[in-house]
Parts: sequence; structure tokens; C-alpha cells
Amino acid sequence: MIRRRGTWANVRRAPWWLTLGMAFLPWGGAAHVHAATNFDLEDRVRESASELRCVVCQNLSVADSPSDLAKEMRNLVRELVQQGKSREEIQAYFVSRYGEFVLLSPPKRGFNLLVWGLPFLAIAAGGGVVYLVARRWTEQAPVDRPAIDPAYAERVQRELSDREQG
Amino acid sequence: MTWKKLLIPLASVPIILLLAYGFRTDPKAIPSPLMQKSAPDFRLKAFDGGEVSLADLKGKPLVLNFWASWCYPACYEEAPLLEATWKRHKDQGLMMVGVDIQDTEANAREFLQRFGFTFPNAPDPGSRVSIDYGVYGVPETYFIDRQGRIVYKHVGALTPALVEAQVQSLLKDQ
Repeated sequence: MIRRRGTWANVRRAPWWLTLGMAFLPWGGAAHVHAATNFDLEDRVRESASELRCVVCQNLSVADSPSDLAKEMRNLVRELVQQGKSREEIQAYFVSRYGEFVLLSPPKRGFNLLVWGLPFLAIAAGGGVVYLVARRWTEQAPVDRPAIDPAYAERVQRELSDREQG
Repeated sequence: MTWKKLLIPLASVPIILLLAYGFRTDPKAIPSPLMQKSAPDFRLKAFDGGEVSLADLKGKPLVLNFWASWCYPACYEEAPLLEATWKRHKDQGLMMVGVDIQDTEANAREFLQRFGFTFPNAPDPGSRVSIDYGVYGVPETYFIDRQGRIVYKHVGALTPALVEAQVQSLLKDQ
């Protein structure tokens, strides 16, 4: 109760700056919103365009290519974003026109899974081979020592102990 | 220990199969997803001032050709063939439309004049129609049947035999 009265009192006590502030509100607010949507729009255009292949280039995305067709495609993406189309809808449109080839990274399903999975499978298989080979090498460690003449061994022992004592 | 001897030949089998598949397919031949599907509608302002749209051509077989004046030599090679085909078959109900992409108007008009095109041709502002048809480059030609389905797409310059075969099959199909 006390709190509410206090707040109300504050508002009533400061009508002059509030009016002043409100006078500027539409201008400042609108400019801010405009800048934010523009930034957001270009961000979303870039996001979608970077997933699409520039069809007349070698391994360049629509976002990065300087070609005329890519430029037109970027404009189209911008228009679709402005129409409120989602990233998936934009992708689906281009796939329906150019096929899955237009996507820079193949979708992770069906036969394409092989492309995504094989490298990891190959790394795992390679690791297995390295492990097996390394184990075999370490197992081979005890090498048969050449037979030593007992006379020599006895002499080395004797000379060693002579040296330690001397 | 015999399985170890078999290991290397066995391991090479999938690699050979993969190579056999890879070398027998053309990586540049990308099938159009639009094949046997309805051709995307378009409405363009032609160079002669008229309007050309797919909807208006409904019920007629259509040869839709994408070209550009800078597309040398392929577009220049096939241009006389297009005009000759149009003259030969227009009375049988064949339609032909040329779409000029990424061009300047002056250059495009010069191209039209040079080959004396009498079928409707239109520029494609913003390449919208080209993208809608999944065009990679010029020339590309789409053969569209009376039902408005894309039945064949040709990339590169057309040849007389190919055009005649496709047009005949379009005209035959009622």
C-alpha cells in the first residue's frame, strides 16, 4: 500500500519531465525499432543465403558470391524473409527449384548419412588398427638374448667387483 | 589365417564399387527437380510491349528458351534453329517464348534483330523467372506440354534432331 502510494506520488510530482520525455518517445523509439529490424533482416538474409550454393560458382555460397545470379538470389531471399518466410521455407523453395545440390551441406538423412558418418567411422577404424599394431609391437618386446659365454660373464662380474673395491 | 589373406581383396571391393559408380556418373549433370512437375507460372513484359504469361498459353505445347546476348557462342548457335522451329510449327499450335536473362536492353534488342526473332521474347527483371525454373546458365530450354508440365529440359545449345523430336512428341500428345 505504502509503495503504491509512493510511486503514484512520484509520477504526480514530475509531470513536466514526463511530458517532455513522452514528446521525444515516438521519434527515438521508432528510429531504434527501425534500426533493429534492418539489422535483424540483413542477419537473417545472410543466414539463409550462406546455406545456399551459388549455382554458377565453384563452392561459393549465395551470401559470398559476387556473381549476378547470386546477387539476384540474395534479393529474392531478402524478399522472402520480408514476407515472413522461415529459414526452412526458403531452403525448401530453392531445393524445389534446383534440387538438393543447391544446399551447401547435404541434409543429414538417407544416403547422405554416409558422407557425414564415414569420416568418423574411418577414424575409429584407424584407431583400432593403430591399437592392435601397437599392442603387437609391445608384445614382441622380450627378444631372445644371445647366449653369453659363462666364462666371460664370470670375468665381467669379477672385474666389476675388483673395480668397486679398488 | 586364410581370412587375413582375403582381407585386402575384400576391403578393396567397396572402394572399386564406389569408383565404378562415381566414374560412370557425370557430376555436372544435375537432374532438375521440376521434371514432370507443373511449370512455374510467369508473367513478363515482352520487348515488343505485349505481355507474355504461362497462364495465357495454357493448353498449348510450349518451348521456353532462356538466353542472353552475352552468351556466346551457344545462344548464337541455337538462335536460327529456334526461329526456324517456330516458323515450321506455329501453325500446328506450338508456342515459343524466349526469356532474356541478366542482359542490357540495347544488347538484347540487337540480338533479337540479328536473328529476326518473331516469337515473343521478354527480359527477366531480377532473374525471378530464371530462379523459379532453376536455371543455372544460358542457354537452357524447357519443353512444356499442353497440361503445363515440364517434360524435358535441355542445357546448352539445342541441336536440330533434339528440338524436332521434342516438338513432335509435344504436338502428338493431346
